[in-house]
Amino acid sequence: MFSLTGKTALVTGASGGIGAAIARQLHAQGATVVLSGTREAALQELADGLGERAHIAVANLSDPAEADGLVAKAEAVAGTPLDILVNNAGLTRDTLAIRMKDSDWSQVMTVDLESPFRLARAALKGMLRRRAGRIISIASVVGTTGNAGQANYAAAKAGIVGMSKSLAQEAGPRGVTVNVVAPGFIETPMTDVLPETVREKLVGSIPLGRMGNTGDVASAVVYLASDEAAWVTGTTLHVNGGMAMV
Amino acid sequence: MSDIADKVKKIVVEHLGVDESKVTPDASFIDDLGADSLDTVELVMAFEEAFSVEIPEDAAEKIATVKDAIDYIEKQKAA
Repeated sequence: MFSLTGKTALVTGASGGIGAAIARQLHAQGATVVLSGTREAALQELADGLGERAHIAVANLSDPAEADGLVAKAEAVAGTPLDILVNNAGLTRDTLAIRMKDSDWSQVMTVDLESPFRLARAALKGMLRRRAGRIISIASVVGTTGNAGQANYAAAKAGIVGMSKSLAQEAGPRGVTVNVVAPGFIETPMTDVLPETVREKLVGSIPLGRMGNTGDVASAVVYLASDEAAWVTGTTLHVNGGMAMV
Repeated sequence: MSDIADKVKKIVVEHLGVDESKVTPDASFIDDLGADSLDTVELVMAFEEAFSVEIPEDAAEKIATVKDAIDYIEKQKAA
């Protein structure tokens, strides 16, 4: 089940906690992985750790030209066409709306919403022709529930869902699926710094009684990338321990 | 037939996987050659790439037959 042998996957934001876990699990299932991000050293270290079938493609997704060119770059370093695109890269610029600067809004939109579109557009051209492909974008529970201080991020993540449903309808007739994984609270360096009382309250709101880990998210990506998920498209798989049952 | 016509024909055969004999000037991509809407978009993109021309959306909509495509590209190339 869930073998990805012979498949090539591009993972953006692969130097981050969730992105690295996704890359590792795809690789463990047999995929050739292309790790993308802005930090070359971190990517190279991850690739070295994985060994064979791991390549890196540095790109800054806040630059539209680099986003447009990344799929071709990934295919060049892997030496094969792309079967799986994982739009994982993202950033936050959290602040209450009344204090939110134009640049806080636009940076999040560019990296979290526009670059996934640019990558999907580039990947689809080949996938449609080959009558196969998987596009999986990492959104967030806050795209569905909203979150104070994250108007920009929540809007971008909700946008990912609408975009993916549209692409799923366009690409469906060619056997290409487009889906979303929406994580809840995941243990990462970002959440490690939360005060203990905040963490306790957070965990208390999660029926499964713990924060998620990066592997929980990666497993959902592996499923959607697999042949076994061939009849699943346009959907959002919520991975949040039951915190929001939507 | 012109070079452009030859090349258009070749692209159509390649993309739609149809027999060359069916790709007559009057053949409609959708009605005669079994293309769906996505195929027609892909064809237009293939023409753009092969001939280094830009085919705007409103012009693309009017390209229904093999001859439509050849005429449009020949006109762009002559201009």
